[in-house]
Amino acid sequence: MRIVIAEDGVLLREGLAHLLADEGHEVVASVGDALELVEVVQRERPDICIIDVRMPPTFTDEGLRAAIEIRSRWPDTPVLVLSQYVEERYAVELLSGQTSGVGYLLKQRVADVRDFLDALERVANGGTALDPEVVAQLLARARRHPHDELTPREREVLALMAEGLSNAGIAQRLVVTGGAVEKHVTSIFTKLGLEFAETDHRRVLAVLRYLEDRDP
Amino acid sequence: MPIGIATFTIVVTGFALGFGLLITLLGIPILVAMLYVSRGMGWFERGRAKLLLDVDVPRPYRADPPSDHWWRVPVSRLTDPATWTEIVYHLLLLPIGVFTFTVALTFWVLGASLLFLPVYAWALPHPVHAVDSWVKVTLGAQPHLELLGGGNGWVIDTPIEYVALVLIGAVILLLTPWIVRGLATANRYLVRGLLGSDVFARVQTLTNSRAAAVDLAAEDRRRIERDLHDGVQQRLVSLAIDLGRAKEKLDTDPERAKELVGEAHEEAKRAISEVRDLARGIHPAVLTDRGLDAALSSLAARSPVPADVHVDVAERPPASVEAAAYFVVSEALANVAKHAQATRADVTLRRSGDRLTVKVEDDGVGGASLVEGSGLAGLRDRVGALDGELHLLSPRGGPTVLMVEIPCGS
Repeated sequence: MRIVIAEDGVLLREGLAHLLADEGHEVVASVGDALELVEVVQRERPDICIIDVRMPPTFTDEGLRAAIEIRSRWPDTPVLVLSQYVEERYAVELLSGQTSGVGYLLKQRVADVRDFLDALERVANGGTALDPEVVAQLLARARRHPHDELTPREREVLALMAEGLSNAGIAQRLVVTGGAVEKHVTSIFTKLGLEFAETDHRRVLAVLRYLEDRDP
Repeated sequence: MPIGIATFTIVVTGFALGFGLLITLLGIPILVAMLYVSRGMGWFERGRAKLLLDVDVPRPYRADPPSDHWWRVPVSRLTDPATWTEIVYHLLLLPIGVFTFTVALTFWVLGASLLFLPVYAWALPHPVHAVDSWVKVTLGAQPHLELLGGGNGWVIDTPIEYVALVLIGAVILLLTPWIVRGLATANRYLVRGLLGSDVFARVQTLTNSRAAAVDLAAEDRRRIERDLHDGVQQRLVSLAIDLGRAKEKLDTDPERAKELVGEAHEEAKRAISEVRDLARGIHPAVLTDRGLDAALSSLAARSPVPADVHVDVAERPPASVEAAAYFVVSEALANVAKHAQATRADVTLRRSGDRLTVKVEDDGVGGASLVEGSGLAGLRDRVGALDGELHLLSPRGGPTVLMVEIPCGS
């Protein structure tokens, strides 16, 4: 894949570049601020951008804003946003509109190389990758309205669906068969009264809408 | 002055009636009602002072405690010194009004009548007592003026004396604005002193809260040092040891080396999480970027006890106020989780005008207190440093209500 990295920390930028090169990907550009990022994306049209939220000059959320801009100008360019902290609010902003080709992960997830590369692959192919911590925040909200009758296992499956995993991915993570996952998924969609979604990222959208609507 | 008469009458009648009937218990509701009437008049007077004297008087009252019993608010207001200085002001309004009115009117009239004396002296009937009781103008065939005294005062009947009198009138007229302004200034001090807050008490409060803020900052630094030393540094040392051992075993026992690297990997990730939590504890980035609503939602989502957050803050308060409010909620939710045995908590933030109110309620067992050195006492100091107030209501058996009010400056 042809990848653009936007990250102002040199150590992390180099680390990422090495890790991606080891995996056979091509880092076509690495930039240190958001303005440059947008220019580079326009020029290079990469297969995916990896973007840090905090960058110069203000060190607040320019990476996030650049990601949103890139998604609106080039909707078929996937973005994977990395951050020191993950916040529900940022996730909602990032995912508003469409959930295909979007990732939002804690920076430290890079340390779990295999999972990180899977997430990168998923987002590059139009899927979704949401950090378990954001999902946990969303689920914590839903917990406050305990009238849904999901079993503990179904809640686990719901969380992994929200992260953007496919049935096969969920089966692998929970060490169960694909058939068992399918059964859980059907049951969840029935219990929550959600319309069944065909593709994985549509499924993420449905689940997120559900979790957000629980917000009073 | 008419306002003075009205307030004087209301206050004297109301309180006399209230205290007089206290023995029959009927006085209590009257007194309570008078507290509210007095505040209403105070509000009116502050408004009038702003409009006419151009003084902005801040409300001096203590914040009302959270109301679990109907009598709490009236009792707190009754024991609030600001209530009593305000009543004194209402009582002083009439005598001061009379004095100011008389002085101002006398000077204007006296000045004007002396200045224009030559203009109308010929038109006055004979004899005439004008201007004032101690100035007697008598006009006959030869108009003359007699000062100070019935028939044997200073008689003015020469042109020079007329000119002198006109000059005196002019001087009085020129002085009058200054005198009126002086009276207004005196009035302004009175309004500020009695309707505003006591300057000396204020200085004392500021001194105390500043000392507390300094202590708090030192305490915060000690805590951060401890967290860094006991947490992250330990993890990094352990990580280095694991890696060192793995390096030793790499050739002799590759299986064990792989295990050790795995452990080091886990340790490194935990260190990252700890640094992250520590940094968030110092200042949450989302608070700066998105404000209280987003930061508190995320805080509530991480709270072990289910917490609902309602934020009604249209205009963002200054960063220091936002941070204080954030840490109030953070500490309160941590306490709820640790001590309250609650099943849920409610967080409400509201900004009305220049005050931000934070309320955290739970349905737990209560019994929380503001003992020195506790997290809640630290919060009180943090809030106090911003001129805010903290009230804690936590009877044994619960529930607990923590209420904080912070001025947002302007």
